[in-house]
Amino acid sequence: MDKNVIYSIKSLYRESMNIIGYTFGSGEHSCCVVGALRGNEIQQMAICAQLIDTLKRLEENGCIANGKSIMIIPCANHYSMNIGKRFWPLDNTDINRMFPGYDQGETTQRIADGLFKSIKDYVYGVQMASFYREGEFLPHVKVMDTDCKNRETYESLTDFGLPYGLIRIPQPYDTATLNYNWQIWGCHAYSLFSNYTEHIGRQSTQTAVNAVLRFLIAKGIIKWALHRGMHTRVLNEELIINVQARNAGILKKHVYVGEEVSEGDLLCEIIHPLEGNTIGRIKSPTDGTVFFAYNKQLVTEYSDVFNIVPFSYT
Amino acid sequence: MIKPVSVAALPVAENFIIQKNRIENDAGPGCKRVCVVTGTHGDELEGQYVCAQLAKILNEDKQKLSGIVDIYPALNPLGIDSVTRGFPMFDLDMNRIFPGSQTGLLAEVVAHDVIHDIDGADMCIDIHSSNIFLREIPQVRVSEQTAAELLSYAVMLNVDLVWIHASATVLESTLAHSLNIRGVKTLVVEMGVGMRITENYCTQLVDGILNLLHELGMWSGQIGQVRKPLVSKDQRIDFLNSDAHGIFIPGASHGSHVNAGDCIGKVIDPLVGVVVEEVLAPNSGLLFTLREYPVVFGGSLLARIMEDSKNG
Repeated sequence: MDKNVIYSIKSLYRESMNIIGYTFGSGEHSCCVVGALRGNEIQQMAICAQLIDTLKRLEENGCIANGKSIMIIPCANHYSMNIGKRFWPLDNTDINRMFPGYDQGETTQRIADGLFKSIKDYVYGVQMASFYREGEFLPHVKVMDTDCKNRETYESLTDFGLPYGLIRIPQPYDTATLNYNWQIWGCHAYSLFSNYTEHIGRQSTQTAVNAVLRFLIAKGIIKWALHRGMHTRVLNEELIINVQARNAGILKKHVYVGEEVSEGDLLCEIIHPLEGNTIGRIKSPTDGTVFFAYNKQLVTEYSDVFNIVPFSYT
Repeated sequence: MIKPVSVAALPVAENFIIQKNRIENDAGPGCKRVCVVTGTHGDELEGQYVCAQLAKILNEDKQKLSGIVDIYPALNPLGIDSVTRGFPMFDLDMNRIFPGSQTGLLAEVVAHDVIHDIDGADMCIDIHSSNIFLREIPQVRVSEQTAAELLSYAVMLNVDLVWIHASATVLESTLAHSLNIRGVKTLVVEMGVGMRITENYCTQLVDGILNLLHELGMWSGQIGQVRKPLVSKDQRIDFLNSDAHGIFIPGASHGSHVNAGDCIGKVIDPLVGVVVEEVLAPNSGLLFTLREYPVVFGGSLLARIMEDSKNG
């Protein structure tokens, strides 16, 4: 394993923030895995840390394929992580809205540029992503449906062995993300969503680590045996049904992520926050699997409380 | 007349409300409507004073108005109330989610309601005040793709500068872009600095808005002298970013003309008492942006200069 500082930035009164890349094997830049770009992506960093620990052992046992290399960057924003802030400490900008970056630009543009220069030429890229909504997801992997469609990118969604592979039509605000720009540069890029962001789930961490290892095996980058994981259902993200709250108050959930529900099943109640009575009941609009569940106790009107993946699209 | 634009229930005994003040006179079918919008970012407050002054002037002389002026002082009332730039409890910049969605999260539903409410207006003026880091002279920013249509209106607004900037995909989700593609001519004003009100800038813009209304045939009341702005047609804009980390001390006056080689400021290290970077003007021109917040990292924007026109 080689350990290198791939980008460094100084602060007035803090030690330098060194973004470290851990490289296994040598030769072709085969796969890069990026963890936390935001200061609260603790699960994403922990997944990379465990992946590094595993790859160390695999490398010692000669399991990295000849002529292939893997780089893992567990954290690119520990200045924010060390003060419990999601975005950049000074100006609250998001590194993951700054790609491909600009070396003469603002601080987070420079960080994005420094990072991207080191990782843009990998054949495969996996970002441990978090979502802007508060809640718990079923683990899944996602690709952007950019103009540079590549059949292999979509077909390889199943190589992770996660229950779902999603294809997303990018919105304008997606165009400055790492995943989007990786793909524009010709990399087969994936965003891997684990269950949590600020919480490290033991099982979910292992699930994500295994998903990446399975992908590396499928691509011939590591030589190792691992069970094939789950059958992956690939679908367009827009087919997922959003279930919104139409009342505001205290959320009392009756179902949780991963549960199967039938049309009409009670998903949750909204309780009056001052008087305790039920002011709203939300029922499932379809037969399907609970893919996302909001995890805050208070809900605002229009909160996206559940996402359901329907069993069928008809 | 005060009207709700978007209403949603918050969890505990409160509604989220965006309001507008509709001021109208002689507003029959086919009359013109102009919208003045601000407060998308909760830390940008210059527009608050503009809205207040405009409402006062129009109400005091309402018989001189012909048509409708809708004033939206706060698209992000929770942000303004809590000194928060973004929409509280929502990760994305509110000015990156337009045109919104009827089935999205609260911020997206609000964005949809705002667009729907403004839709059909003849013009919209979207007032911003930079952020807490940078001070801007009063300016209108238009993208290259809308410049041909908007420039003649931008120069009516009594600003000092019209900056025609390159288009970027990420800006396609701004309020201004979303309205422009719907046919509502929308001008983005930037002026002043976050969390502050610069009274003379606000008064200058109010005069400009009255002038615009006058030119549209909607205002027959008094208008002040209107200045002719510089327009960044073929001039280069220099971005001066810090290469060092430290404390920035300005060395030139904001809004002044600087010559190539002039000191714009310096970055100092207070621990050892040395200047770690001296910032010099690369070209002669108008210093239209100057850093206000002293702490800088490598990359922090310190100033922007619009180079003098080579055509004199």
